[in-house]
Amino acid sequence: MSIAITTQLICFTVLSLVVIIGALGVVLLESIVYSAFLLGGVFMSVAGLYLLLNASFVAAAQVLVYVGAVNVLIIFAIMLVNKKEDLKPINDIKSRRVISTSICLTLLSLLIRVDLTNVWSLSSPQNSIGEESTIRIGEHLFSDYLLPFEVASVLLLMAMIGAIVLARRDVMSKDISTGLPVDQELIEKSSEPLLTNKN
Amino acid sequence: MEYGLDLEYSFNEFLKGFGLSSEVAHIIWLPLPMLLVLVAAVIGVLVTVWLERKISAAAQQRIGPEYAGALGVLQPIADGLKLLVKEDIIPAKADGILFTAGPILVLIPVILSWLIVPFGQNLLISNVGIGIFLWIALSSIQPIGLLMSGYASNNKYSLLGGLRAAAQSISYEIPLALSVLAVVLMTNSLSTIDIVNQQSGAGILSWNIWRQPVGFIVFWICALAECERLPFDLPEAEEELVAGYQTEYAGMKFALFYLGSYINLILSALLVSILYLGGWGFPIPVELIAKFLNLPINAPFIQVFTASIGIVMTVLKAYLLVFIAILLRWTTPRVRIDQLLDLGWKFLLPISLANLLITAGLKLAFPQFFGG
Repeated sequence: MSIAITTQLICFTVLSLVVIIGALGVVLLESIVYSAFLLGGVFMSVAGLYLLLNASFVAAAQVLVYVGAVNVLIIFAIMLVNKKEDLKPINDIKSRRVISTSICLTLLSLLIRVDLTNVWSLSSPQNSIGEESTIRIGEHLFSDYLLPFEVASVLLLMAMIGAIVLARRDVMSKDISTGLPVDQELIEKSSEPLLTNKN
Repeated sequence: MEYGLDLEYSFNEFLKGFGLSSEVAHIIWLPLPMLLVLVAAVIGVLVTVWLERKISAAAQQRIGPEYAGALGVLQPIADGLKLLVKEDIIPAKADGILFTAGPILVLIPVILSWLIVPFGQNLLISNVGIGIFLWIALSSIQPIGLLMSGYASNNKYSLLGGLRAAAQSISYEIPLALSVLAVVLMTNSLSTIDIVNQQSGAGILSWNIWRQPVGFIVFWICALAECERLPFDLPEAEEELVAGYQTEYAGMKFALFYLGSYINLILSALLVSILYLGGWGFPIPVELIAKFLNLPINAPFIQVFTASIGIVMTVLKAYLLVFIAILLRWTTPRVRIDQLLDLGWKFLLPISLANLLITAGLKLAFPQFFGG
């Protein structure tokens, strides 16, 4: 076995272990902050797996989009609403856990079966395009994948406009959830009048 | 364009002379450029810290460090030694694991980005195909480390500083990436080597700064904001937030933040000089000078000479920009957070989008000047 193949094998083992253990931690840990940071670690290791597959552009895009944007946004949201609050105990928590575990295990066995029965046609390493893949991805995005690409961008635009409309309080005069008239004052105003009660 | 020294090839040939296989030679070669670049980055930080002290002193009509070595050149080493031997404190109510991991996560992406900084045709660690895109992707990891240390400190100033740092870094990454994209559009490649070679045709006249003046200014403003330098140092605004996310840090963990911010400053300056100021290119093309003096361009002596000129030019351009950044830090007031976000989203983003559009149009209209 040559040194390159050994290195690749070691990298693959370490990355897969980090992905599996990290993903389990994301689901099972009690602290939501730890889950969020572990999710970032999982995304990074998936980017590492892409690198091992010679897809460096996809790996960098994975880091930029998932770690740099999605995960930072998740952590941001968690920290802005970081209230220490005890969750209400659920009565039938045990039966719920049993049901969700069995559903997950069924899905896992389905995936394993697909993996074992399907015949994966692997192209030989000589045929891999490597660095040229950036150009190839660009060509596909502007030819046969043009419609899905544009539809996805329209979807993102709609989500953005929706979020802005929901967050700006001068657009709607009534609160959606309570039906009360919306307070149009600044968010940062102090809850007590500071100067008026002095005299 | 296959000229220039290939140190890796000659080193491997040299080791093969001792009867080693090419794989073993490659493994012995691998850590050498990495160590060299790491040492260069640390020495660059020491020089920048000294410059910062001296220039700030000059701006405030003081003398600055004077007793540690001639003109105080040993002062940064004394600073570093002090930080090295200080007690490492983790606050009692802080989250120990995240508190330790935060500074490491801030420093590693910055050092990794040095992978793509070229000092000459073959003088870089790795000419990866995705080049400059790798830097943009890596610099997006940093806010996670900042948020992590801000949260783990269990201190409201730290948390606010971390949140501000992340918000700032996300908003300025978009105009930064768009102005890089305009340069990439002219080069037809993401590789930093190709970006420099595309500017090497007619010396100073063919540098990207003349073709991308708007992109240059947008990139420089965004790079300063990403480095959290003074007009944009809100995450650590000492009058408001004590020291932002680094408030609770001491000793070597603080030194990691300090090192990270200065390495990032030098890296940004190097990338500005690569993207817009012709990288390792001399203002008059070296080939023209060699032709004028009737010297063969491929002779070993000339090769060593051009390589050293290349390194000197890269470092010189970078330090000129570092000088401007230091001068800006000591002469400009800090912007408010709403002004900072206004500038990023309402001014720089539309301008860099328009710049990209105009570059694309000019590339179609004048392919010989804006890359075919």
